[in-house]
Amino acid sequence: MAQARISAGQSIAAHAVLITYTLIALFPVFVILINSFKSRKAIFAEPLALPTRDTFDLIGYTTVLKQGDFFGYFQNSMIVTVASLFFVLIFGAMAAFALSEYRFRGNLLTGLYLALGIMIPIRLGTVAILELMVASGLVNTLMALILVYTAQGLPLAVFILSEFMKQVSDDLKNAGRVDGLSEYTIFFRLVLPLVRPAMATVAVFTMIPIWNDLWFPLILAPAESVKTITLGSQVFIGQFVTNWNAVLAALSLAILPVLVLYLIFSRQLIRGITAGAVK
Amino acid sequence: MGALTLRGVTKSFGTVDVIKGVDLTVQEGEFCVFVGPSGCGKSTLLRIIAGLEDATAGEVAINGRRVNEVAPARREIAMVFQSYALYPHLTVRDNMGLALKQAGVARADITASVDRAADMLALGPLLDRRPAELSGGQRQRVAIGRAIVRRPRLFLFDEPLSNLDAALRVATRIEIARLHRQLGATMIYVTHDQIEAMTLADRIVVLRAGKVEQVGAPMELYNNPANTFVAGFIGSPQMNFLKAGALGLRSDTLGVRPEHIALSRDSGQIAGTVSHVEKLGGETLVYVNTPAQGLLTVRLFGEHDYAVDETAFLTLDPARAFHFDAGGLRIREGG
Repeated sequence: MAQARISAGQSIAAHAVLITYTLIALFPVFVILINSFKSRKAIFAEPLALPTRDTFDLIGYTTVLKQGDFFGYFQNSMIVTVASLFFVLIFGAMAAFALSEYRFRGNLLTGLYLALGIMIPIRLGTVAILELMVASGLVNTLMALILVYTAQGLPLAVFILSEFMKQVSDDLKNAGRVDGLSEYTIFFRLVLPLVRPAMATVAVFTMIPIWNDLWFPLILAPAESVKTITLGSQVFIGQFVTNWNAVLAALSLAILPVLVLYLIFSRQLIRGITAGAVK
Repeated sequence: MGALTLRGVTKSFGTVDVIKGVDLTVQEGEFCVFVGPSGCGKSTLLRIIAGLEDATAGEVAINGRRVNEVAPARREIAMVFQSYALYPHLTVRDNMGLALKQAGVARADITASVDRAADMLALGPLLDRRPAELSGGQRQRVAIGRAIVRRPRLFLFDEPLSNLDAALRVATRIEIARLHRQLGATMIYVTHDQIEAMTLADRIVVLRAGKVEQVGAPMELYNNPANTFVAGFIGSPQMNFLKAGALGLRSDTLGVRPEHIALSRDSGQIAGTVSHVEKLGGETLVYVNTPAQGLLTVRLFGEHDYAVDETAFLTLDPARAFHFDAGGLRIREGG
């Protein structure tokens, strides 16, 4: 049937475009990876060459692992990202369920208010956030970052999830009510599994900016014990001298955890158990 | 005291009144069908009975007990939905047993109840499958089975046959009628299809724009409609409405069913030309365009050879005609 719809020429053209885009998108990552395995001299001599027997050097990685508590930074980033993600998904999904499922006064207004956060960058409120954190004694704690990132991720999560939750069959939820399921059971057991692809989308969109963020760790949690990996890597970038080996090695290492998280969520994206639920 | 009593039930969404005061009593064991065009509020009324919507005013009582403040699960009802609404993550057996499990019934009793219901609907071989592995007809049978398992006082059906194809619809309709006889339970059934209403109901409630137009047995509505709306809605093809003045009658509108008009090539009351013919084998529908009354439908039994553009004469059966006033209300003879 595929041949009937798309001719070979169209198929090749489509693949050519997609492959070109993939190469362009992956090229910087590729350059970072190969150079992280090269000596400093080789990086500057031939940035695009693959590491050879002569130029191969693990100095970047050894520097990164020796200097500073690199695994500690990793752990901090992981804790902040995973915890923020958890709160964004759970609160976002709950708010979205309430907005899409229940009729109450101010429903539309609440939805608009929450969506406003998509348009106004949270960084505009940095000073106020810092004052708030100082006042509540949360400066230099991971909790400060988790709270800020949760607030940052919620608007988009609520916006996307409420659209998807509106599509979940009313009949299914009502069947649950007639069968005596509580609203929480309906939410967790019936609705959430059906919007899992949307949850995965939201997770990916939320996760990447949190993992990559430098701004809030620098302002709210610059202490050694709570540094995130992005902030930790800045040690190697100096005003006058930059340790490129170490920077590239740190960046390469920092890709790994997000890659793992992404793979987990993308599997959810593909898996569809919705089929056959209704109709 | 009936199985279900509605007293002055109204429902408004904001400023829109969807249900405008419904009073109704459904007797124990009765098969009651709510019928009406889409948007008439029949589904909303069913959801109010189920407790999925709150009535704005009025009282809902099931078996004499006021249930306005009772949660759906505690109203001793079961509901079958148009889209089946099976739980996608549960097997057929668990789908059917979930309500009992939620109510804290012992596992052995649940198994027995599910098996009994499965026997009734021939679902035995499907019990370990998931909804995704079933066909549409099977899914609807599971949904009906899920309702039976609970042994409710009141069955609620929300257009259960709308998603099935024509052949399956007839088979499932017969199945539902059989279940009603077998269980003797009270059933409320919502549909927009007047054939389902006529074939299943003990009593039909015709709704329009949130108000009850007429309540009665199927043949009562057919033979004795209260107004033009009920007359036009019940019966297929639709009743012909003629301008009575042109026929020299005192009433405003004359309603004659297609089966109560005689057709002749030679002579008759109203002359016209045949505009379309539908031959269904057992019956023939002839659409006749008349200068005075517009398009009229005639239903003839058996096979008839009328050609398009042929001249034909219609004769109405005065004994089976209905008179209506300008407001659409029926004018009874001598009254």
